Amino acid sequence: MASKPLQFRLNGAEKAVFTRDGENLLDVLRRGIGDLTPKQGCAQGTCGTCTVLVDGEPQLSCLTLAETVEGRQVTTTAGLAQGAELHPLQKAFMDNFAAQCGFCTPGMLMAAKALLDREPSPTREQVIEAISGNICRCTGYEPIIDAILDAAQARGARQYG
Amino acid sequence: MPVTVESFDSADEAARALAASRSARFLGGGTLLMRAVNDGDQSFDTLVRTGDPALRQIRGEGDGIVIGAACTMAAVAAHRDLAFLAPVARVIGGPAVRNMATVGGNLFADAPYGDFTVALLALGARIDFVGQGSRGVEIDEFLRDRGRQASAPVRSVTVPRPRDASAFRFVKVSRVKPKGISLLTIAAFLPQSGGRLRGVRVAYGAMGPLPLRATAVERALEDQQLDAATLDRAAAVACEGIEPRTDALASGWYRREVAAVHLKRLLAGEGR
Repeated sequence: MASKPLQFRLNGAEKAVFTRDGENLLDVLRRGIGDLTPKQGCAQGTCGTCTVLVDGEPQLSCLTLAETVEGRQVTTTAGLAQGAELHPLQKAFMDNFAAQCGFCTPGMLMAAKALLDREPSPTREQVIEAISGNICRCTGYEPIIDAILDAAQARGARQYG
Repeated sequence: MPVTVESFDSADEAARALAASRSARFLGGGTLLMRAVNDGDQSFDTLVRTGDPALRQIRGEGDGIVIGAACTMAAVAAHRDLAFLAPVARVIGGPAVRNMATVGGNLFADAPYGDFTVALLALGARIDFVGQGSRGVEIDEFLRDRGRQASAPVRSVTVPRPRDASAFRFVKVSRVKPKGISLLTIAAFLPQSGGRLRGVRVAYGAMGPLPLRATAVERALEDQQLDAATLDRAAAVACEGIEPRTDALASGWYRREVAAVHLKRLLAGEGR
């Protein structure tokens, strides 16, 4: 099986790796680069926990052929915190107890980041729509929605990062 | 799984590579084929792809709008000339799927997926292929022989621009809100002339393995005024000649029972 070189930016840093033919972006991130923040749940595009941002837009990394991100910007949950300082979304998830088992959390965070980057003051309905592709099997949706709304409000006090 | 990926700059080159191999598939957004790769599907060994920007164009052409096969559902939902199709694109998958799933790929989705194709069937879309200088085929013909059509990549679909926004209607019935898999999808193209319906097309999704026309409903509506009596006659034949399938989401019996109700509401212009 052929290996192909692939270059892209991951959370602002230039990455150069080799990918196997047919390899998906999730495997490149986890096995090739060691960014374990995006999870593999279903590998079928149903659960959303592998959600990452490609050029700022949410995509399912398990269904993204790795070589299609050549030259593009990929953002994962590992890129949210600035050193020891959590991203406002991460802080809001903690404050609202929005992570139960935690498996859906990275996907939820990335879906929420894409929403807040585009719509800084979303309605509850917009939040529900934004995370509609992310399944929380603890069914803890209410605290997750509250956390995202809180993070949006926190932005009012200081610039959202 | 050993799968080979062949990437090309131009759609024409990709079309030649696809035509040269019987075990190759053309990769669109990946929501169908990468899923098969992850699943260990052995029915193909090569993925052919292109990033050709020509396949991502949306442009007007006479009375119609040409939508490139590689346009995503998000692109369709955001395009001002496609406002009538935005409600269709917005109910396909979640936001991440809509950033990936393409118009061309949706043509090859099996039930219960393929909601966009249901809309295309109701609109009487024309399907054009890359290369071959082909003139394209009507979507009815495309769906009749979809397996053979897969030998050339779809270049674009062309839909008529409805003169009146209410002439195109669409509903996707699912159990989970806001994102659920379709247990029934109905699209209706209802152009009127002189107060009567002329050129009606009604299509169902998830009522068979592929999107299908509700021909008895179309006959009941054609040349009629869209009044209460017509609605009753159309609803009475909602499932004539159709054997809805049973799957994990709904039984054939259930689909048959609710199809008439949803059809009548859609034709009456009632929200759900």
